[in-house]
Amino acid sequence: MLNQQGRGGMWVALCFEFASSWIERKEVFLSNLEMESDCSKNEETCPQLLDLIPQEREWYTKRKDGKIHLSSEEKKLELRLGPPGGDDNWSIKLNAKNNRERDEPVISLGYLSSMNNNGKQAPKFPSPEDHHHPVGSVLSPSWTKTHHHDHQQLTNPPFLQFPSTPHQSLPVTAKESSQSCCTKAVNMNAEEKPFSPTANTVAPPNTSLKRSAPGPVVGWPPIRSFRKNLATSSSSKPASEPPHKAANEKKGAEPSAKFVKINMDGVPIGRKVDLKAYDSYEKLSAAVDELFRGLLAAQRDSCAGGIVKKVEEEKTITGLLDGSGEYTLVYEDNEGDRMLVGDVPWHMFVSTVQRLRVLKSSELSALSLGSSRQGKIPA
Amino acid sequence: MQKKRAYSFPDEVLEHVFSFIQSGKDRNAVSMVCKSWYEIERWCRRKVFIGNCYAVSPKMVIKRFPEVRSIELKGKPHFADFNLVPDGWGGYVLPWIVEMAGAYPWLEEIRLKRMVVTDESLELIAKSFKNFKVLVLFSCEGFSTDGLAAIAAGCKNLRELDLRESDVDDLSGHWLTHFPETCTSLVSLNISCLGSDEVSFSALERLVGRCPNLRSLRLNRAVSLDKIANILCLAPQLVDFGTGNYTTELQPDVLSNLTAAFSSCKELKSLSGFWDVVPAYLPALYPVCSRLTSLNLSYATIHSPEIIKLVSHCPSLQRLLVLDYIEDSGLEALASSCKDLQELRVFPSDPFGVEPNVSLTEKGLVSVSLGCPKLQSVLYFCRQMTNAALVTIAQNCPNFTRFRLCIIEPKTADYLTGEPLDVGFGAIVEHCKDLRRLSLSGLLTDRVFEYIGTYAKKLEMLSVAFAGDSDLGLHHVLSGCESLRKLEIRDCPFGDKAILANAAKLETMRSLWMSSCTVSFGACKLLGQKMHRLNVEVIDETEPPCSRLESCPVDKLYVYRSISGPRSDMPPFVWTMDEEGDNNSNQKDFFFLDMFVRNNHYISNSL
Repeated sequence: MLNQQGRGGMWVALCFEFASSWIERKEVFLSNLEMESDCSKNEETCPQLLDLIPQEREWYTKRKDGKIHLSSEEKKLELRLGPPGGDDNWSIKLNAKNNRERDEPVISLGYLSSMNNNGKQAPKFPSPEDHHHPVGSVLSPSWTKTHHHDHQQLTNPPFLQFPSTPHQSLPVTAKESSQSCCTKAVNMNAEEKPFSPTANTVAPPNTSLKRSAPGPVVGWPPIRSFRKNLATSSSSKPASEPPHKAANEKKGAEPSAKFVKINMDGVPIGRKVDLKAYDSYEKLSAAVDELFRGLLAAQRDSCAGGIVKKVEEEKTITGLLDGSGEYTLVYEDNEGDRMLVGDVPWHMFVSTVQRLRVLKSSELSALSLGSSRQGKIPA
Repeated sequence: MQKKRAYSFPDEVLEHVFSFIQSGKDRNAVSMVCKSWYEIERWCRRKVFIGNCYAVSPKMVIKRFPEVRSIELKGKPHFADFNLVPDGWGGYVLPWIVEMAGAYPWLEEIRLKRMVVTDESLELIAKSFKNFKVLVLFSCEGFSTDGLAAIAAGCKNLRELDLRESDVDDLSGHWLTHFPETCTSLVSLNISCLGSDEVSFSALERLVGRCPNLRSLRLNRAVSLDKIANILCLAPQLVDFGTGNYTTELQPDVLSNLTAAFSSCKELKSLSGFWDVVPAYLPALYPVCSRLTSLNLSYATIHSPEIIKLVSHCPSLQRLLVLDYIEDSGLEALASSCKDLQELRVFPSDPFGVEPNVSLTEKGLVSVSLGCPKLQSVLYFCRQMTNAALVTIAQNCPNFTRFRLCIIEPKTADYLTGEPLDVGFGAIVEHCKDLRRLSLSGLLTDRVFEYIGTYAKKLEMLSVAFAGDSDLGLHHVLSGCESLRKLEIRDCPFGDKAILANAAKLETMRSLWMSSCTVSFGACKLLGQKMHRLNVEVIDETEPPCSRLESCPVDKLYVYRSISGPRSDMPPFVWTMDEEGDNNSNQKDFFFLDMFVRNNHYISNSL
């Protein structure tokens, strides 16, 4: 660089340096994004440092028509999804208020650019998206027409021209697609979902959907599991509630799932089971077998010299409940005691169990287990 | 010629200048100025924050930043807290530890959130980093007290061990005895999440007694009230204390001993714990109440009168976590006593009950918004709300940075007018210009998203459930919220169109979670195929999504940007959409084998 003659020469050299490292810069930029700061505490600091950047950066040039010229290499990076021969498809007829944004890169990058120009200078700092067509979308109107399957009846107006009456969304489309699915897809889990997607798209948006009989929903209300049973597990119950108030007794008050951790001797990573999915000890035992059979076999194989081979044989885990098998199922109750699984009625078990363990039966005799208060395993 | 001079500072000068720049964001900006700054900066960066452990590989981080001393990693998506992410999804920290063990022998700090940490990982940490000081495991799982024992024994200069809200397998309370007698460096110890297995109390007492710099100590539920006085007398310099069980048999001495013990703690500013509270012992806290800035009563099942009594002794309170037993009357008292309040979280005592068990309504929150001008952060669970209340709250508190409202029954309308709560939340985003985090609930149409897209320009995280009418709602958010980093959605009628139309927006965000929506499998495939810097993961525990029609909605979708490509540790129920179509390169049998072989392989390699 120092050898270049004159200012022009130096400038060319600088351009060279920056242009050739464009790919690296993009990587730097992207990796910076991944190593974003946890900026929740700080206000967005105005990047004063960017003012140091000279104005005449020329690693991209604009053609006269304002379109961005790309080198052949960079064209590879460009995201082109419209049908060929129509860059103008990207000036999509969006909502009127979005139109002004079409002139600049659509993608705003937080601290780098601003969608709301409001007379502010567009940032000089290049972003990868400068080299793309204003790629707002993966979908362009004609794309919609050609690629949707037969059920689509989307013609005019194209989807991206959002109608001014927002409530006329596209129930047709959504409805068709969900109808063509097997119902299994809609009811994914065993848990009852009061708002299946079908119901949501078909229901007229103006009515408030009131459920007549509220049912439990997975993960709702959004509280952590350790906050769930405070009122019942606490020994000092609030005076206003009857002494034996249990969440189970109220209709609809039952949580839809009870996840407990389950660990198995010899398997480093524990799992979780939802006890509400079973109604008997036999079913639980079968589930435990299924859960750990593969893990146990894999662990055995990996311990035997680390040879990578397909798992040929998985032994069924049996006899968990009666002491006859290689492993036995025990649990910890809400008092911290360790008990054999199977002694108390199922419902009582479900309400008091905090954690499950699958222990080697051979080690059980060394520990004093009990089905009553006396059996307490030393810590 | 002038430009040349700017580049001719010696590296050491620049490095010295950069050392004053701590914020990761600023450092990123510095690194983009020019090549030489990039080089200098990367050699002197000591702290790295990675918001999604799958966005970048450990090797990439190490290659770019060779001299890191502190790393923070986050794993699972936020909805994992509510059991929406199946077990085994991922977020394993071991690959990171293995790489860092070789590359960063002087690593001092590891902070993890929602990651799977195994005992092997903990053992490796203890063995590999000679100057290890800080271990924070926030909402992590997969390890036991054996791993903790390794940390205690191996890390000679340990300053912080914080296990907040993690799920630890309690094999034995004796891990505490593994702290050598020579360990006197502890500054912070948080074991509040440990189960009810006995904590070796004598070991704990000795440890506390020999660590003069201990500032923060949070005990677990197993430690009973009568033991607390001893601990406090050993550590009167504590700033932050978490009690265990706040109950014991009523004895005359306990209260007076406890009161004396608390009186000796002149620095105490923060209290938590309070399981199983016996109200008669609360007055023991009065000596410290006037200095308290943070109080966590969210496990305390005490009623409004007792809470009021306590809180009215705490005029300096800035942060309060409490159950809804506080009721509207308690919140009113709070509003009049605690003028410095900045953060309020009200949790439900009976989240699954249909009928309200306490008298906590929107009025409580309105009183607090009126009485506490510094209020910035709210998490509020209640059963009824009105637009009018939300508008009032918004007008009273334009400084909100975090506003999370959970109306327990989904799709609950304004109970006075029967209308959706669009206008109320609209007022929140319109008035609170600095709002960074928002969680919605209640009956909401696409309109609320229009407001959000229009006004919430600084919003970084949005949580949506049971809301909206159509893709237009999602489109408003994706196209309007410029600062959006994390978007999590469940049970909303959002399908393909908004996502595909705003695909590029997803590259500017950390992640998008959508579950029980109407995004089709075909759209996921398209997104994955076209957007090479996004990992599009479909989660389906019942059967592979490709066995159904392309138009079928996927159960759960998690999209995140990444520069390291699709991950290779996916369980059988996660499929990644990429150029080759839907992909799960780990067949079921191979996955488990792979996982364990890899674990063992890493260990043997590092020995």
